[in-house]
Amino acid sequence: MKKIFIVFFVFAFINANAQETVLPAKPQKGIIVIKNATIHTGNGKVIEKGMIRIKDGKIEEVGQTVSIPSGDNVEVMDVNGKQVYPGLILPTSSLGLIEISAVKASTDAREMGEMNPNVRSIVAYNTDSKVINTLRSNGILAANIVPQGSLLAGSSSVVQLDAWNWDDAAYATDEGMHLYMPSMLARPRFGRGGGRGPQQGGNDPEDAAVAKIEEVKDFFRQAKAYFAEPAHEKTNLKFESTQNLFAKKQKLYAHANTVTQMLLALDFVKEFDFDLVIVGGSDSWQITDLLKKHNVAVILQQPHSLPTLLDDDVDQPYKTAAALQKAGVLFAISDDDGQTRGRNIAFNAGTAAAYGLTKEEALAAITLNAAKIMGISDKTGSIEVGKDANIIISDGDILDMRTSNVTDAFIQGRKIDLTDKQKQLYEKYEEKYDLKKKKGF
Amino acid sequence: MRRLQLILFGVLLCGTSLLAQPTFPENGIADPRVGYYAFTNATILKDGLSTISNATMVIKDGRIIAIGTGLKVPAGAVEINCKGKYIYPSFIDIYADYGMPSQERGGGGFNFGQQPQLESKAKGPYGWNEAIKSDVDAYKTFSVNESDAKPLRNAGFGAVLTHISDGIARGTGTVVSLANSKENLVIIKDRASAHYSFSKGTSRQSYPSSMMGSIALLRQTYLDAQWYKNKPPQEGVNLSLEAWNKNQDLPQIFEANDKWNDLRADRIGDEFGVQYIIKAGDDEYQRIKEMKATNATFIVPISFPEAMDVEDPNDARFVSITAMKHWELAPGNTAAFEKAGIPFCLTTAELRNANQFWPSLRKAMLYGLSEEKAMEALTKTPAVTLGIYDQVGSLDVGKIANFLITSGPIFNEKTTIYDNWVQGIKYEVKEETPTGIYAVTVNTDAGNEKYTLEVKSANSATFYGEDTLNNKFSIDGKMVQINFAPMPKRQRPSADQGDRPRQGGFARGNTGGSSQALPETATRLSGLINGSEWNGTGTDSLGNPLTWTAVFVKAIELKPETEEKKKEPPVTGKVMYPFEPFGWEEDQQPKQETILIKNATVWTNEKEGVLEHTDVLIKNGKIASVGKNLSSAGAKVIDGTGKHVTPGIIDEHSHIAAASINEGGQSVTSEVRIGDNINPDDINIYRQLSGGVTSSHILHGSANVIGGQTQLLKLRWGMNDEDLKFKGWPGQIKFALGENVKRSNFNIPGGNNRYPDTRMGVEQVLVDAFTRAKDYRKQWQEYNDALAKLKKEKKPTTSLIPPRCDLELDALVEILENKRFITCHSYVQSEIMGSIEVANRMGYKYNTFTHILEGYKVADKMKEHGANASTFSDWWAYKVEVQDAIPYNAAIMQKAGLNVAINSDDAEMARRLNQEAAKIVKYGGVTEEEALKMVTLNPAKMLHVDDKVGSLKSGKDGDVVLWSDHPLSIYAKALYTIIDGTIYFDRAKDEQMQKDLDAERLRLVRKMNGEKRGGAPTIAARPTYEIMHTCSEHGHSHGLLVIDADEINND
Repeated sequence: MKKIFIVFFVFAFINANAQETVLPAKPQKGIIVIKNATIHTGNGKVIEKGMIRIKDGKIEEVGQTVSIPSGDNVEVMDVNGKQVYPGLILPTSSLGLIEISAVKASTDAREMGEMNPNVRSIVAYNTDSKVINTLRSNGILAANIVPQGSLLAGSSSVVQLDAWNWDDAAYATDEGMHLYMPSMLARPRFGRGGGRGPQQGGNDPEDAAVAKIEEVKDFFRQAKAYFAEPAHEKTNLKFESTQNLFAKKQKLYAHANTVTQMLLALDFVKEFDFDLVIVGGSDSWQITDLLKKHNVAVILQQPHSLPTLLDDDVDQPYKTAAALQKAGVLFAISDDDGQTRGRNIAFNAGTAAAYGLTKEEALAAITLNAAKIMGISDKTGSIEVGKDANIIISDGDILDMRTSNVTDAFIQGRKIDLTDKQKQLYEKYEEKYDLKKKKGF
Repeated sequence: MRRLQLILFGVLLCGTSLLAQPTFPENGIADPRVGYYAFTNATILKDGLSTISNATMVIKDGRIIAIGTGLKVPAGAVEINCKGKYIYPSFIDIYADYGMPSQERGGGGFNFGQQPQLESKAKGPYGWNEAIKSDVDAYKTFSVNESDAKPLRNAGFGAVLTHISDGIARGTGTVVSLANSKENLVIIKDRASAHYSFSKGTSRQSYPSSMMGSIALLRQTYLDAQWYKNKPPQEGVNLSLEAWNKNQDLPQIFEANDKWNDLRADRIGDEFGVQYIIKAGDDEYQRIKEMKATNATFIVPISFPEAMDVEDPNDARFVSITAMKHWELAPGNTAAFEKAGIPFCLTTAELRNANQFWPSLRKAMLYGLSEEKAMEALTKTPAVTLGIYDQVGSLDVGKIANFLITSGPIFNEKTTIYDNWVQGIKYEVKEETPTGIYAVTVNTDAGNEKYTLEVKSANSATFYGEDTLNNKFSIDGKMVQINFAPMPKRQRPSADQGDRPRQGGFARGNTGGSSQALPETATRLSGLINGSEWNGTGTDSLGNPLTWTAVFVKAIELKPETEEKKKEPPVTGKVMYPFEPFGWEEDQQPKQETILIKNATVWTNEKEGVLEHTDVLIKNGKIASVGKNLSSAGAKVIDGTGKHVTPGIIDEHSHIAAASINEGGQSVTSEVRIGDNINPDDINIYRQLSGGVTSSHILHGSANVIGGQTQLLKLRWGMNDEDLKFKGWPGQIKFALGENVKRSNFNIPGGNNRYPDTRMGVEQVLVDAFTRAKDYRKQWQEYNDALAKLKKEKKPTTSLIPPRCDLELDALVEILENKRFITCHSYVQSEIMGSIEVANRMGYKYNTFTHILEGYKVADKMKEHGANASTFSDWWAYKVEVQDAIPYNAAIMQKAGLNVAINSDDAEMARRLNQEAAKIVKYGGVTEEEALKMVTLNPAKMLHVDDKVGSLKSGKDGDVVLWSDHPLSIYAKALYTIIDGTIYFDRAKDEQMQKDLDAERLRLVRKMNGEKRGGAPTIAARPTYEIMHTCSEHGHSHGLLVIDADEINND
């Protein structure tokens, strides 16, 4: 009876409102108990027929059984064996910075110039982006908003996806500095008439890249010296913006794919003792031991990708995660597809599960591992006591599109509205063709 | 000294110049000469192969007038004694640009980011397209260029066919000799050949901007030229077509430059009754059977890839086996032609310079090219090919006196070419060194001193009196220098070793006796070589002047010439088909077999639905039966327990396996055909097999409103371009609407100048195109009716002139007649409705709307029109026209009664199409069976091949996938992908192939490293890039080594 009422309520809401009025939920007060759940905690454990108690936005208890206090402000959700997961985290994203990539006016991801350590993505993050709600519909509740660029692109911030404005959304502000490693591959030039195949020319791109990186290092050396100075005659905003990096309050995300790019990035750990994260990492399977040894984390940007070289295993991008897992490297999986905007991150992880990870390892790659890499695992990333209640509920295995269907989601205990623009258009045109009747509504 | 040489050289030239031309006034005294020579005692190889010993050849006026044994030296002829020497016909290169003006850099392809040049900028009564330069005659711009001629002559060439290698039709070539004479006299045949290529060269006109556009332009020009013969008044004067027609009688040479282009060129020729002579590249060995089938004579370059420096594993990482193996096998290209019995000529084209000719030729011979074939390919074949064998190509009476005088058999490594005579004029290549033992007398005031000089080479001799003397000897032209001094008293062995010239160092004046530097007090002799007696002057150890003579005593007794050790042909890997990783070696190509899959869950896509514990039998390439407890003797039995069988996946929208995709040079390009430029070497064929794809519909891009004709393929990995095609498929064509065709998303300097610029204009382009098509059809109908009438009345039909054949309109007429089906790139509801309205008005139909992300808004209209829908599952928000795209689109359209497919438009996503179909269950709740049909049966229906593929039914093609899991699950992997009963992907075998591939890579990397250590020149490692063609409208996850074809056009 109650269920029917809820369904009715949701549709009424949709029909009456456009996405613009999908409201951020009010702070959660009181107690929610989820029971009869298959709980995938995100740290590798699965609790069958388990229970979770949430209080005032935090997870208070998780287990086979939890106590249910009595009182008015206690809501009990029997999920009837559904799958319960931590909210998914998109570890790299242009969400809220790019609305429609083809329209320049709607893109704010890339500042001009090569040395932008002072640039901060959070200030351009648009909580009203129509893309955000489509990600929530697939269980993504947090994202790392990453500035794009060449060389030093600026700072990223992690946001939760239910907010009035970026200040509300900020989950971890300026938690990462992004360094885009220059390409080290010789690019072909094409002669007159084309068709005769590529010809390389010009300077050795490896030398050019090394020189660029040397410039970046020199910048950091000067920044370090600057901080050693008791007072500055002139304030240097770019140097100032690196303070958190030296203080290890910020990580250095080096966007690197080839082995040489990654080796160059490792130098930053050696010389400056930065906490390094490799983003991209398409060839990281070749140096898993080195990554492990230097304690470098990896974000696999796009497992649904073609192999690098013609000769590579046709499934290599699918298998890279398993290679990292085997070597004990901390890694997360992302989804940077420009046409789907991250909504398929769970399926990227699912593919990694099909090619060598366990399902719980694959889940960790889009939840707890991502939280660890971003330094927010004390707050989120798993269903563990004391963490924010960032939880999603799905009809079936969320890693498989065949079964994934997110029915409920909580951010900091707030049950969020899973409506999005696309569902609204769906509803609208179901009306047009009378499809609801056909479905038996 | 220097001056003297110059004077001598001048004398030589004057002495041998040809007759002056009668029409040219002479400044000075007439000096008529006829160049009358007799070459006696020679070993003559008239055709370069069979030997006549002790023979004589007489030449006069630049022609051979007698040749044979027992000939007398005629009075008036200068005798040249060629004892011990060989005479060969000089070589012919029929693919040169010798003496042609240099060209500026040109055009390139269509570029979304630039304004196209839509019209020709050529001034004058020429044709519409700048790349058709049929009016160019090379002989009119030819100019003798001694600095280019000399290296060719030194390599042994006497005549070349030269042309201006610019444009798709390049006009005529001319045969010239390499004599340093006036142009009037060196031209052997003025209009000797007609030339074509796929490259538009310096033309900056946008059309054609693709391989298929070049092909279409050639085909249309053949038709136009034929039509022009009737002098249609509406065409006026068209010099390009006039010349085109005039050139047809000449040998037709097509520069194709690679194996697939060779076949593409040959097919154009077949269509218009022309057998091209094909200028090849270096990779024909990869498809030699196909080359043979062209029946063409080939012109084959002997330039080979250089070894790469792959010692750094991080460099080797990005070099594909494709590049390394090509490096290994390319030197065997000519040998492959020979082995296959294909006639061919050799060319120096592609060599950096003619000096590389001999090393390259020797390499080709080391890799199996025989001496006989090499000689034929340099003399007779080119001459016969051009129809000039009566003039050049052998040494026969009446032919031009183009011949080589050598020290021995020409292909012998120690042989030297002494002279290259061109048109009866001597050009010295390398001076004969007067080796031998000479008695030297030095006359000083003190009296005569006797020495012995043993000349070994131009810079090496032994010189001794009573003792061996320290000497420095050199011959430079006719000048000789001998400096000598007594040997130093003591030679410390260590110092001696230290002074020994190092390999690769500058060892000058290396002497037979010693390597010690000569003291200041050395005796210095300088003189002039003159046959068997040399005379000269000098200074003695004290600086007193002296004179000297040297008289030939005898030849140096050589050790009996050991049989030149025949070098072992190199051991190489095998050619794989296709020439890509995971290609099959010839004997490993998968074969059709009888396959029985037992006890699987079978998704029939028929009314039987999904059958548990069921067998599928595939026999003779077809599905024989689907049922329980099947058996078949000799069948390959695959256990399907716990696994799923589905029909092969069909991708309605793909851009793989083509040499070009977008002909964006015009808004209507229905004449271009993807099928003309299929590329079987695309690794993505194999990658997509690994995802269960068996058929891909290769679409033209979306650069223009009416794009090109599409091609349906079966992914028969390893087959050639023709055999990849889906047989018995009615053709389709790509249309496009919206932002791409109006070029909205590109920041074009100056703005878009190609009509249309709005959706309003798009509609008008469609109306205009079909209006023209209908008028055209009417014109042909009237003509055919009139023709029939005349024939019926038995009246002559010659007065009836047929209308011009228009390939563009032919394709549109096919659409009007329901013989060709449209798949139309479209997004928003307004344009979908608009195009349907045009179609209804003009009387044609949209077979499929592809992409169609707003199809859900007008599903009823599409249904009414009878269109199919092929869409993405969950793409959106990458441009304005997809901002209302929803993942529920497919489900709504399906429920509204449309036939719906999910396509990829992306080489990566194509291998996960089963998962994309699964999303339609997730978004909109269609049944799993219906979802699977969206990537199998439904696309088969919209491609009009559902009678052959798309479901598992007895009699249909054996295109089947065995999945490890539920086919809509992300955990499902294709274990076997079967096409026509042939297993093209076998996951277990794939693992083995990967291992073999890694081993082969290692072998090749080591071989290249060995080459480098052996001192061979290497170039920096070049990453092997993949050129990917796309719709040019959205991003792809392609990896680091992919270059979008659009980027090439930006270069």
